[in-house]
Amino acid sequence: MPGTDALSRLQNTGQYALELEAVSRHFGALVALADVNMSVKAGERRAVLGSNGAGKTTLFNAITGDFPTTTGRVRLFGEDVTDLPTQERIRRGLRRTYQISLLFNGLSVLDNTFLACRGVTRGRFSLRRPKRDDSSMELAQSLLEAVHLDDVKDKLVSELSYGQQRQLEIALALSGAPRLILFDEPAAGLSPTERTLLVNILQSLPTHIGFIIIEHDMDVALRVSDRVTMMHNGRIFKEGTPEEIENDDEVQELYLGHGGGHD
Amino acid sequence: MNSSRLFSGSFSLRELHPATIVTVVFLIAYPSFASNFFILQIGAYSLILGTIALSLMMLAGYGGMVSLAQLTVAGLAAYLMAILGDNSMGVMGLGWPWWLTVIVSVLGAALFSTFIGAVSVRTEGIYTIMITLAVAVAFFYFVRQNYVLFNGFTGFAGVEPPTLFGVYWRDPVPFYYLTLTVAAGFFFAVYYCARSTFGLGLQAIRDNPRRMRALGFNITLHRIVAYFFAGVIAGFAGVLLVWFNGRVSPGTIGVDVAIDILVIAVVGGMRHPIGPFIGAIAFVLLENFAIDLIDRERFNMVIGTAFLLVVLFSPDGLLGLWNRFRDRFRFRGNALLGAERVNKDDPASTGSLEKS
Ligand SMILES: Nc1ncnc2c1ncn2[C@@H]1O[C@H](COP(=O)(O)OP(=O)(O)OP(=O)(O)O)[C@@H](O)[C@H]1O
Ligand SMILES: [Mg+2]
Repeated sequence: MPGTDALSRLQNTGQYALELEAVSRHFGALVALADVNMSVKAGERRAVLGSNGAGKTTLFNAITGDFPTTTGRVRLFGEDVTDLPTQERIRRGLRRTYQISLLFNGLSVLDNTFLACRGVTRGRFSLRRPKRDDSSMELAQSLLEAVHLDDVKDKLVSELSYGQQRQLEIALALSGAPRLILFDEPAAGLSPTERTLLVNILQSLPTHIGFIIIEHDMDVALRVSDRVTMMHNGRIFKEGTPEEIENDDEVQELYLGHGGGHD
Repeated sequence: MNSSRLFSGSFSLRELHPATIVTVVFLIAYPSFASNFFILQIGAYSLILGTIALSLMMLAGYGGMVSLAQLTVAGLAAYLMAILGDNSMGVMGLGWPWWLTVIVSVLGAALFSTFIGAVSVRTEGIYTIMITLAVAVAFFYFVRQNYVLFNGFTGFAGVEPPTLFGVYWRDPVPFYYLTLTVAAGFFFAVYYCARSTFGLGLQAIRDNPRRMRALGFNITLHRIVAYFFAGVIAGFAGVLLVWFNGRVSPGTIGVDVAIDILVIAVVGGMRHPIGPFIGAIAFVLLENFAIDLIDRERFNMVIGTAFLLVVLFSPDGLLGLWNRFRDRFRFRGNALLGAERVNKDDPASTGSLEKS
């Protein structure tokens, strides 16, 4: 029935930032994602937990289009983007960070951030050198201040410490007007101070910006999220509020190895 | 050399590197002391070959796309000059005014380059080389067999630049300055644009295409646009080439010559737009004077050996050799600054980006 279809799409607009419908991803015989259904409301903060190889990063790649899905549909902000290339999804307000930093190592920190800001605006083909007062350049400056990298902005990325590179990853994902950001283990390898800084950044994001965070550190994950999704072997096996998840016996068992971290 | 100032207006002569000033003065004064042979066969010819190689350097150095079809693109412009303008062969020669012929020839070349880009940008490395080589070979055989448009094996002769402002532009001195103007214009354009949004984006795509897509860039389109610009550069060089030779034939665009262009760009260095010109001068000097020492057949062996030596001992070409030499003397004893270090002061240095 087309009528109800249009109606439901209308209701979805603005309500759901992300809807996955039976999304699968196979690597040869390996099923990295198996029929995943998931919806994330606009502005919602979602944590995705799961052991190594559970398919969390693959889930992100399916959402951004870094790798195409084998089957299933991906809807972003009410629009079916399954057949859209990555950059089109990004321009619609999706952002992501990478588990293993994917930065332009030979470019300066400022140039990295500038490219991120320019990528979601007009003038990507401009043949003029950006001036200091270029709007993307100014935005890049303020992003670097937000992640406390402004004093190293002229350094090459390869000269940054590991923690600083992780912070730059986050700056790139905050460019323009993000509506849904995917953070892939942003806290991995950070010092306790850097972790606090990260949690502060995440908590101070404007409320209309939703995010999904993959995080092994339960302490970070449960502190910044409204809801939690548990993954295992390419499937979602539990979803709930942080309290429900924390008190779940099955989860306790699975996370016994990592468990000491939370509270 | 602080070029961001150079183009933002607040630039003073004092900031120019002495070597830059010497080079500029030398290039301008060159015809006043050089013989006609040196002005044309060495000077102008090096600048033309250098400009074709510059279009390759732009694609390969900044974009990571090694195209063997840049000479073919220049060759199409040369052919269009003969077909649309005047020639002495009695085939085609539509007699369009010179300025219209030039504009259409360059645009035709740029569109051809765009087409080559469109069919090759989704490939990488050796496959890009193979596809562009296939285009070069196909075009070579096509013009050799097509007599209606391209006059087949013979090609065209009698293609001349116009007489303008009372100057016959094929005379050695005017022609030298004409090629110098075009070459210098494109050199500065490439140098400047390397730090533009488009240029930065192109280099970033070369190093990390996946991330660029995740930042909102259409990397396929970006690369194809790069081919368009490279086509404009090669197209202008093709116009100069046909005016220089007065003729164009399948031999002008043979695969052996296409490989010469690659050799010139690699030997000169692909990290800076000056590289192709250094390579072209070295090549033209060798081509003209190695003959005195060895016979013609062995020339390719000399070129081949030179190519091999440069690739083996200095992957960044003569330019890299010079940079290392200079750094060793300037920073001698300073352990922090290794000889391998890229020149961070120079914004056009593509070395500022790491090879991924
Ligand atoms: N490009 C690929 N080719 C083949 N197999 C892959 C590829 N990417 C992921 N996989 C496999 O898919 C499964 C899920 O991987 P994924 O990276 O999504 O796990 P993850 O949950 O992010 O794990 P981790 O916590 O270690 O990051 C793994 O078994 C992995 O080996
Ligand atoms: Mg992962």
